[in-house]
Amino acid sequence: MIAFLYLIPALPFAGFIILALTGRRLPKSVTTLVGAGSVGLSALIAVLIGINFITAPPQGYAFTQTLWTWMQFDGYAPSISFTLDPLSLIMVLVITIVGFLIHLYSTEFMSDDEGYSRFFAYMNLFVGSMLTLVLADNLVLLYLGWEGVGLCSYLLIGFWYRDPVNGRAARKAFIVTRIGDTAMAIGLFLLFTNLGTLNIQDLMQAAHAKWPIGSDTAVLAAALLLGGALGKSAQLPLQVWLPDAMAGPTPVSALIHAATMVTAGVYLIARTHVLFELAPAVQTAVAVIGALTLLIAGFSALVQRDIKRVLAYSTISQIGYMFLALGVGAWSAAMFHFMTHAFFKALLFLGAGVVILAQHEEHDMFKMGGLRKKLPATFWTFLIGSASLSALPVVTAGFYSKDLILWQAWSSPSGGALLWAAGLLGAFITSIYTFRMVFVTFFGESKMEVSHRPGSRMIMPLMILAVFSIVGGFVEMPDTLGNVALFSDFLQPIFPVQAVQHVVVGTELLFQIIASLVSLSGIFVAYLLYFRSPQTAEKFALSSVGAKIERFWFSGWGFDWLYEKLFINPFLWTAKINKSDFIDSGYTGIASLNRAIHAVLSKTQTGNIRWYAMGIVIGAVVFLGIIVALH
Amino acid sequence: MISNIPMEHGLILAAILFALGLIGVLVRRNIVFMLMSVEVMLNAVGLAFVVGGARWGQVDGQIMFIFILTMAAAEVSVGLALVLQLHHSFKTLDADAASTMKG
Repeated sequence: MIAFLYLIPALPFAGFIILALTGRRLPKSVTTLVGAGSVGLSALIAVLIGINFITAPPQGYAFTQTLWTWMQFDGYAPSISFTLDPLSLIMVLVITIVGFLIHLYSTEFMSDDEGYSRFFAYMNLFVGSMLTLVLADNLVLLYLGWEGVGLCSYLLIGFWYRDPVNGRAARKAFIVTRIGDTAMAIGLFLLFTNLGTLNIQDLMQAAHAKWPIGSDTAVLAAALLLGGALGKSAQLPLQVWLPDAMAGPTPVSALIHAATMVTAGVYLIARTHVLFELAPAVQTAVAVIGALTLLIAGFSALVQRDIKRVLAYSTISQIGYMFLALGVGAWSAAMFHFMTHAFFKALLFLGAGVVILAQHEEHDMFKMGGLRKKLPATFWTFLIGSASLSALPVVTAGFYSKDLILWQAWSSPSGGALLWAAGLLGAFITSIYTFRMVFVTFFGESKMEVSHRPGSRMIMPLMILAVFSIVGGFVEMPDTLGNVALFSDFLQPIFPVQAVQHVVVGTELLFQIIASLVSLSGIFVAYLLYFRSPQTAEKFALSSVGAKIERFWFSGWGFDWLYEKLFINPFLWTAKINKSDFIDSGYTGIASLNRAIHAVLSKTQTGNIRWYAMGIVIGAVVFLGIIVALH
Repeated sequence: MISNIPMEHGLILAAILFALGLIGVLVRRNIVFMLMSVEVMLNAVGLAFVVGGARWGQVDGQIMFIFILTMAAAEVSVGLALVLQLHHSFKTLDADAASTMKG
């Protein structure tokens, strides 16, 4: 069964090719079958392979399948080969299953769109590229998948290309992630020239053998790879593209900008964790960046009005949690949070899509209201997703993963009180903005009629994801609640369990109680501010201090303004002063010189016959003179 | 006697006549006078040929002179026809008036 590994990325690519070449001429039912079916089939095969892998694991817990040699020069021959090990299996399962649910949802969401087949072609290409990324055996193939998902992100954000705003958002996403990609490429060059290979397993062994902990090359290589991860995962300082990327269709936001593509950076760091362990300075930087990002994005989400932008900032914030976990060495905690986050964030985005469709394409939450009674299934699934995001104690998956991260932030050798406090504050803010979203959208007075009721193809994925958002956490429960360690045991071959500081069990319980209280109090604050007395929040926002704070947080802490002043304006200024391109004038100069000579020489054509006779005479004289002189 | 005059004197005379004719072509503005100057140049050339033939005692010089005379006659008839055409187009015999090929 595991020999069918190559089918997992191959099927979506096949779907892409079929739809790209013939999509326009196919009837819609066939497009649906090919588009959603390819990913569904891929998910099925992934599940079967997963069961096979778990019950009868292969030698060394890793299975490599080489398809062909990609290129060959100068003794270096990277091949197209896929490796299945616990880490990539988890990624594959999440990508294909959540991906399939989103594709199913899209068959109804995008059913009226004229670019229906184009949409599914791009989505299939995306799923294929993402699977290539996570299954890749060497960093070159990983980079191919990396670039592929970046391309699909651009194509899908700018899907409704007739509106120039969407094109600008797509370009912004592509250019900002490109900066990260360039850093990553330089990192790959560095790794190759120093260690001679880019095969991930060989690379990790060679790095471990050759570079002492803290050596300069290791730090530089890890920092460059981190740059790539920051771009793709929208962390500080490259987080500015994600809120604008909400211009794309909602299933795109759900799949690419919540569940999968933005977690590629987390995957990269987890994959090359040996390298990061060799560079403690960079690992600390990962944790600090994660902590800062989760706070900045959390505060920004607090004042957004567009429901999708709240979720976008929330995604940035939650990935900050994953980076925080990676930074303190809690690798499996980061992957655990990735998994639960994929479930509840996709759920929230799909629910937001239902709400947006039902409110005449309106995105502003404050223009909605009272949808609790009108869209009951959506309300309950959205509530479950929000509870999971806010880490509601015990019953939601988000609680287990976020609590694990907070605990590791405190107790890990490279963690500390400051990081834990940042995570805790972030959890408080998360609860507030999440339930602000719930109360404003679903409770209160209904301001608009429902225009489109969701059908079964949209409600089913919501329900399935809601179930996952609850039970997904039960695979990793802390000591105080039964000590289930299925998840970290599964990842044991990749991430050997870290030595935790000796802490009493009572401390862990205390911390869990603190985290639970924080999450519940956040919900309570949101209830007070946005359900009971909405005037308090509004009055504060109208005061001079409140208005300034609101504007600052609303603009994502002014990063767009900063980048405009730092980079965009100087670039435009140099382009303006070089408007008559000085290099170009070299080429136009040749033409001007020709024209000048022509002007001078054409003065000799006077049309006067005596002038011409004179010319003949002078020529004859010169000619004879030369002959006489040479004689 | 003819054989006592050095050839150089004859050639110098032909050269001077040629130069005079050339200056006449370049300086005069009236087409008819330009044609007359061309005739002078032709005669100078003929003189040069005759002088050369006398120097070596061969008759080729004289024959060449007859050719030149014949050619001159034909050329004058064509030239005068062109002068008539010029006068018809430009209503003047000024050579500088026919400069529409300027530029």
